Amino acid sequence: MIDKVFYFLSFLAILAGLMVVFTKNPVHSVLYLILAFFAIAGHYILLNAQFLAVVHIIVYAGAIMVLFLFVIMFLNLNAETEPQKPIFYKFIGVILSGVLLTLFVGAFRKLDPIYSDLPQTDIGLIKNLGIVLFNEFTLPFEIISILLLAAMVGSILIAKKDKAVVE
Amino acid sequence: MDIYFILGKLILIVIIFAISLLTAMYSTYGERKIAGFFQDRLGPDRAGPWGILQPLADGGKLFFKEEILPVNANMALFIAGPSLSMLTACMSTAIIPWGTYLDIFGTKFVLQVADVNIGLLYIFGVVSLGVYGVMIGGWASNNKYSLLGAVRAASQNISYELAMGLSVIALIMLNGSLSLAEISRNQGESLFGLSGLNWNIFYQPLGFLIFIVCAFAECNRTPFDLPECETELVGGYHTEYSSMKLGFYLFAEYINMFVSSAFMAVLYFGGYNYPGINFVEANLGHNAAVIIGLAALFAKILFFIFFFMWVRWTVPRFRYDQLMKLGWQILIPLAIFNILLTGVGIMLFDN
Repeated sequence: MIDKVFYFLSFLAILAGLMVVFTKNPVHSVLYLILAFFAIAGHYILLNAQFLAVVHIIVYAGAIMVLFLFVIMFLNLNAETEPQKPIFYKFIGVILSGVLLTLFVGAFRKLDPIYSDLPQTDIGLIKNLGIVLFNEFTLPFEIISILLLAAMVGSILIAKKDKAVVE
Repeated sequence: MDIYFILGKLILIVIIFAISLLTAMYSTYGERKIAGFFQDRLGPDRAGPWGILQPLADGGKLFFKEEILPVNANMALFIAGPSLSMLTACMSTAIIPWGTYLDIFGTKFVLQVADVNIGLLYIFGVVSLGVYGVMIGGWASNNKYSLLGAVRAASQNISYELAMGLSVIALIMLNGSLSLAEISRNQGESLFGLSGLNWNIFYQPLGFLIFIVCAFAECNRTPFDLPECETELVGGYHTEYSSMKLGFYLFAEYINMFVSSAFMAVLYFGGYNYPGINFVEANLGHNAAVIIGLAALFAKILFFIFFFMWVRWTVPRFRYDQLMKLGWQILIPLAIFNILLTGVGIMLFDN
């Protein structure tokens, strides 16, 4: 049962991932990406990591992708208005993704399949995750929060209008 | 997993689905009656006694109207928009606890479809997806007004989601759990010597205020119904829609209203608890106490639906910049202040 769900979700994730690249319309690409995120959230649930799954949906599908869609809708990109890119770019794209693919295949081929039958753990539940985060990993957790704060301040600074220019 | 468990859950799902659709249907009637009352007229009174068949007549009319698909619209997404709106509106009822359990011939029948231990986060997941129906529909219509409505809906939902999440964090701190069943159970304890009155509203009045304002904004209800502001945007995101696809958008709004009323009742107003629940349980038995609790929960939900309508016909619409200012500069700092206050309160009183 779990196996079948896993294969279905993997199929969905890979199909959606490919469609992100192959569809012509950027809005469709974004929607396929959202579908891929859902498939990955399904994988998290299979691993009993409910918190991760739902946060993945809230943050990626619910917030970041909405902003993507927001921008793309305003740009109104479609096949007619899309600027023609030189063939040189396509070459670079193919080579770079080929390199990335080789890297991944190489890395995963060497992977020892010890995690293939993971016991049903409760580590992904929010209570256990909270205990681990605030005991073992307090320092990294706090550092990440400072990093986020800095990013927030930086983005507000960039978005803010320059007073001198306005006057 | 025995067959009775699955069967019981299926029956429960069908009942809840039917009830939420029925409530949404009669909310449209209630809305028009209440609007009539507020404006000193009768409201619908022709279809059936007191006009109670009006929702059926409206539904039938919407089904039989001409289906118009704009030539330049993106067909697949144009149809996906209202469907998604409807889907996300119906999804969140799965985790509302309608009661503890009914004792039917010795078998426990739990009155909640799924007690997930991330209940509150599940709500936020569904709420954050709710905006896609409006956005996709608005964009696919290929109409400037629709697009503006869709973009307004997106930015409004994202802005108010933040304040809503922050206001609920204080509630989580208080309860120490994300599960709605657990939160409901905590509210069943006694306060002022009266059992079943330990409601969160007494500890989180500010949090509730923020939550209800955000719920209005998330449901696109007046005074925050700027995505469909007819004075500026013709019909907003559903300008190009006709027939039942328009009906789905309007209907999804009423289901959302029902769901958010249910969440307000469960999170802040005690859920299925009512004053004197232990007394009733001791004298009339467990099942009677649970059924009265169900009735109490519905009474609270109906009150909040009425409140939604009351506000709609009382408060005028905000301007868009005022809306954004309220969300980002007032509600979010207030919500953070509320978290701070709750933290201090827990530290002082809960040793």
